Amino acid sequence: MHELQVTESILNIALKHAPADKVKKIVAIHLNIGELSDLENEWIQQYFDYLSKNTLAEGAKLVIERIPIRLKCDSCQNEFEIKRDEIKNIKCRQCGNKKCSLIAGRDYFIKNMEVI
Amino acid sequence: MEEVRLIEIKEEIHSDNTVKAKQLRDSLSKNKTFLLNLMSSPGAGKTTTILKTLEIIGDKLRSSVIEADIDSMVDAEKIAAKGIHAVQLRTGGFCHLDASMVEKGLEGMNLKDFDLVIIENVGNLVCPAEFDTGAIKNVMILSVPEGDDKPLKYPLMFTVCDVLLVNKIDYLSLSDFDIDAMKERVLNLNPKIRIFEISSKTGEGVQAWADWLTNEVKQFTAQ
Repeated sequence: MHELQVTESILNIALKHAPADKVKKIVAIHLNIGELSDLENEWIQQYFDYLSKNTLAEGAKLVIERIPIRLKCDSCQNEFEIKRDEIKNIKCRQCGNKKCSLIAGRDYFIKNMEVI
Repeated sequence: MEEVRLIEIKEEIHSDNTVKAKQLRDSLSKNKTFLLNLMSSPGAGKTTTILKTLEIIGDKLRSSVIEADIDSMVDAEKIAAKGIHAVQLRTGGFCHLDASMVEKGLEGMNLKDFDLVIIENVGNLVCPAEFDTGAIKNVMILSVPEGDDKPLKYPLMFTVCDVLLVNKIDYLSLSDFDIDAMKERVLNLNPKIRIFEISSKTGEGVQAWADWLTNEVKQFTAQ
């Protein structure tokens, strides 16, 4: 729903890191987005194509790497990954404790970009 | 063929908003104003809960409400009709509030005049969870008619909140809402969350929540 605003931030950050005298064109932007985010890859790309017209980033491909949901057991400190649909039944893989804290999966990060 | 180079960026997508939210929190701390971000789906009872809560808190705190709506003034009018200070913020189609919109809402008021400002965020369990508003605490409402499966469908919202208000508990006997299963799901996602069961209509349970909030605000403003 708020993909447009997120996409605008991605574009602005990418352009900020692409000085016009050193970069002719942004080819691809690599993003890390947590599995817990509801952003849809397809929509981000569509909005990006629209917003980036007539900028250095026109035609750039957004490469999205989804970061798995990672939890840490409050009892035995074991760290483990779960799938989004396993959220309804969280249990430490090591000791079976149900109280675990989220340590990753909410990421929203621009890693790097490919330019010419 | 031109050579492709890699430029490292390593920047949060929401970095502008994160910076703005931090500035806002600093300013709130300086002025001793406690900002509460209240989120829920449409119809969960945000406005009614705010009214009931502020009715109980009364003059123990100097309170104000920022109403965010896509394009109406209905909620702000309801709050103002009860003699409570209210600011209407039209989001103009935006599905959530971010820190700069909240800052705009706070602009018209002298922060030193208020101990507690409640933001009524846009009714939506998805987008508001992604944006730091600069609030000191995040609170969400889940109402019984929405169903006990919401923590499974909107997990992010449940992980970013400090408090969950389970509203409309007067409907419990009429529904198949399994409150224990819901609580287990929520605590699974966020073991630190505080849960209050309330009915803003009958007033049941609201006192305990209002007392908790008053205490939090007093601790914050005494710092």
